[in-house]
Amino acid sequence: MNRRDFLKITGILAIGAASHQTAMILLSSEVKGDQAKKKRWAMAISFSACVKREGCRDCIDNCHLIHNVPEFTDNKDKIQWIWSSHYESVFGEQTNMFTKGMLKNLSVLCLCNHCENPPCVKVCPTKATWKNKDGIIMIDYHRCIGCRYCMAACPYDARSFNWKDPKPFIKEINRDFPTRAKGVVEKCNFCEERITQGLLPACVEACPEKALTFGDLNDPESDISRLLKTRFSIQRKPHLGTDPKVFYLF
Amino acid sequence: MIEKAFKGTIGYWLWLCFLSALALAGFISYLRQLDIGLGITGMGRDVSWGLYIANFTFFVGIAASSVVVVLPYYLHDYKKFGDIIILGEFLAVSSVVVTILFILVDLGVPSRVLNVLIYPSPSSLLFWDMVVLTGYLILNIVIGWWSFDAKVKEIEPPIWIKPLVYISIPWAISIHTVTAFIYSGLSAKPLWHTALLAPRFLASAFASGPSVLIVLCFIIRRWFGFNIERDVIKKIAIIVTYALSIHIFFMLAEIYTVLYSDLPSHKSHFEFLFLGVPGNRFLIPWTWGSTVGAIIAFVLFLISHKKNDSLVIFASIITVVSIWLEKGFCLIIGGFVPTPFEEYPKYVPTIFELFITLGIYAAGGLILTILYKTVVSFRQSK
Amino acid sequence: MKKIILGLILFLLVAFLPLGYNIYTGKKAYIPVIKAPEDKKECVENVFIMRKRHNIVLEKWRDASVRHGIKKYVSLNGTYKISLTGTCLGCHSDKTQFCDRCHDYAGVKPRCWDCHNIPDKVAEK
Repeated sequence: MNRRDFLKITGILAIGAASHQTAMILLSSEVKGDQAKKKRWAMAISFSACVKREGCRDCIDNCHLIHNVPEFTDNKDKIQWIWSSHYESVFGEQTNMFTKGMLKNLSVLCLCNHCENPPCVKVCPTKATWKNKDGIIMIDYHRCIGCRYCMAACPYDARSFNWKDPKPFIKEINRDFPTRAKGVVEKCNFCEERITQGLLPACVEACPEKALTFGDLNDPESDISRLLKTRFSIQRKPHLGTDPKVFYLF
Repeated sequence: MIEKAFKGTIGYWLWLCFLSALALAGFISYLRQLDIGLGITGMGRDVSWGLYIANFTFFVGIAASSVVVVLPYYLHDYKKFGDIIILGEFLAVSSVVVTILFILVDLGVPSRVLNVLIYPSPSSLLFWDMVVLTGYLILNIVIGWWSFDAKVKEIEPPIWIKPLVYISIPWAISIHTVTAFIYSGLSAKPLWHTALLAPRFLASAFASGPSVLIVLCFIIRRWFGFNIERDVIKKIAIIVTYALSIHIFFMLAEIYTVLYSDLPSHKSHFEFLFLGVPGNRFLIPWTWGSTVGAIIAFVLFLISHKKNDSLVIFASIITVVSIWLEKGFCLIIGGFVPTPFEEYPKYVPTIFELFITLGIYAAGGLILTILYKTVVSFRQSK
Repeated sequence: MKKIILGLILFLLVAFLPLGYNIYTGKKAYIPVIKAPEDKKECVENVFIMRKRHNIVLEKWRDASVRHGIKKYVSLNGTYKISLTGTCLGCHSDKTQFCDRCHDYAGVKPRCWDCHNIPDKVAEK
C-alpha cells in the first residue's frame, strides 16, 4: 500500500465527520432496522406493591452498584440516580390534610422522568444532554462542561453534579460500566446500556415485589401500556407540561 | 498611550500591588478548586449555583449600565457627558471581563469551555449570553479605545465609530435581558419564573451601574485630582434616582402579585427570603437589608441635590450594596430554596470561594485602574 | 545589528541544546517500544490507520456509541463491540505497556481513564 492509498482509507474511515457517521450507520444494519419503529420507554411504579417491604432499598442499591454511583458522606455532595422520598415532598401539591396521615409512611421512588418535553435538554449550551430516538434523556459525559444549567432547569431534582472526584467513594467498581469524573452532571439513563441488550433496567430487575414495570408506550400490547390503561396513575408535576415518562400507580 | 498607566505615585503602585496580590490569592485558590473540584465551594446538590453566578448576574448589570451615559451623549447630543462617556465604556469593559471570569470559575470542566462554540446550541440562553457578552466586550473595547485615541490625537473619531455606538445601545440592553432570560425561562424555579425579571434587571442595573460610576468619579477626583463637572454627577444621580424608583416599583409589583395570588410554590420563596423558616433564617437580614437599603438610597438621592457630595457618595454606595444583595445574592440563592422537595438547605460560601471571588474583583479592578489611569494621565498632560 | 545577531545565535544555541544533548548521550534515536498482543494479527482497522488515527477512530466510536446508540462497529477486519474497556483493553490487556508508552513519550494525556475502567486496576481495588 502506498501513501496515497493510506490517505484515501483514513479519509473515508477516520476523518470526515459526517461521511464517517453515515458510513457507520449504513454498516450497522441492525440499528437501521430498529430505527423504523421508535420506542417510548416508560416506567410505572406501583405504590401498593412498593410499600409492602418497609425499608427495602434493593432497586436503589442495584442501580447504584451497576452504574458506579458513588456514596458521598456529605449530603451536599450526594449523587443519586434513583432514591426515595416522602410522599408529601414528592407530591406536595397532591397532599391534603387527610392524605397526610394516610400516606405518612409512604416513601416514593424518584428518578429521572425522561420527560417528553425535557426542560434540561433545551438549556444545555453544548448539546451534552439530549433526548434519544427512544425518548431517553441521555448525557454525554465527554462533552458536559459542568455549568449546571440543566440542574437548575430540572423541576424534579433528578440531576446530580460531581462536586468532587467520585472514584474514592465508589465502594465496588463495576468494570462493565464507566465511572464519571469530577465536574460533570449525571443522572439515571433508564439503563440505556441494558435495554439495547434486551435486558430490563437494573431497578426493575431488582424489585422483589415486581413493583416496577418497564416497557414501550408505543406498543399497545406492552405490559406497561396495559397497566396504564387499567389502573389510575399520576405523574410528578404534570402542570409543568414536561410529560414525565415515570408513572405512579395507586 | 497605555504607557501612561505605568507612571504613577507610590500610592498608585501600592494600590496596583494590592490588587495583584489579591488576584494572585484568588488564582491560587482557583488552582485548588481545579484540583479538588467545585466541592470546595459552599454549593451543593440543592443550591447548585452560588456566589459566582450571583456576581456574574450583578456585573452584567454594571456592564450594561454604561448605556445611560452613552445614550444621552450620542442620541440626545448631551455634550456634557463627553468626559464621562469614556469612563462608562471602560467600566463596561472591565465588568464584562469580570462576568466572563465568574462564568469560567463556575464551570465544572473549564478545559471544555470551547464546546460552547464547537457545538453551538441556539436553544440555550447560556449560549446566547456568551454571544452577546463577547460582542459587547469587543464593541466597548473598540468604541472606547478609538474614541479615546481620537481625543488624544485631537482628531475626529473614525467614521465607523458612530454606527458601532448606535449598535452598542440596544446591545447593552440585550446583555442584561438575555441574562434575565437565563433565569426567567425556567419553570422549575418559581422565584425566577416571572416576565418582570428582565425589566427588573434593567431597572436595577441602571441604578447600580451609574452609582458605581459616581463613586469612581469621586475617587479619581480625590486621588488624581481629576475633576468631573458637578453638573454631570448631578445628572447621573438623577438617572439613578429614577432607575431606583422604577426598581422599587417593580419589586412591590412582584411582591403584590405573589402574595395576593397566594400560589404556594411562588409564595414559599418570598416567605423564605423575608421571614425564613424554622432552622433556616439566614437570608432574612440580607433580603431586608437590600429592600430597606433601596428605599433609603432613593430618599437620599431625592434630597441630595440640595446637600453636599458625601450624601451622594453615601447614597450611591447603599444603592450598589442593596442591588448586589437583591439581584446577586438573594435572587440566586433564593431561587433554589425551597427545593422541589420542599427542603430548605443552607448555603454558606467557603473561604476558597470568597478568595476566588475577591480575586476576580481584583482582576477587574486592575483592568479598570489601568484604563482609568491612562485616561486621567492624558487629561492632565493636556 | 551586532546585538541582534548575537541574540539570535544565543537563542539558537539554547533552542538546540536539548537536541545536542541527546545526540551526545546517544538518546537521539529513542523510540518508545510498545507491546502489541501476540495472538492477534490486526486491530479493528489496519495497522496504518490504528497507528496514525486511533484517536479519531476512538472519537468516532465514542460519538457513535454514546450519541447515536450504535453499539457495533463493522470494518473489513470484522464486527466489533464498541467498548473501550471491553474491546480495546480486551486485546491490549496491559495498558501500561501499550497506551502509556507512546502517550508518556509524546506528553499526551488522554482523559479516557478518568472514567473508563482499566480491568487490572479495578481488580486490585
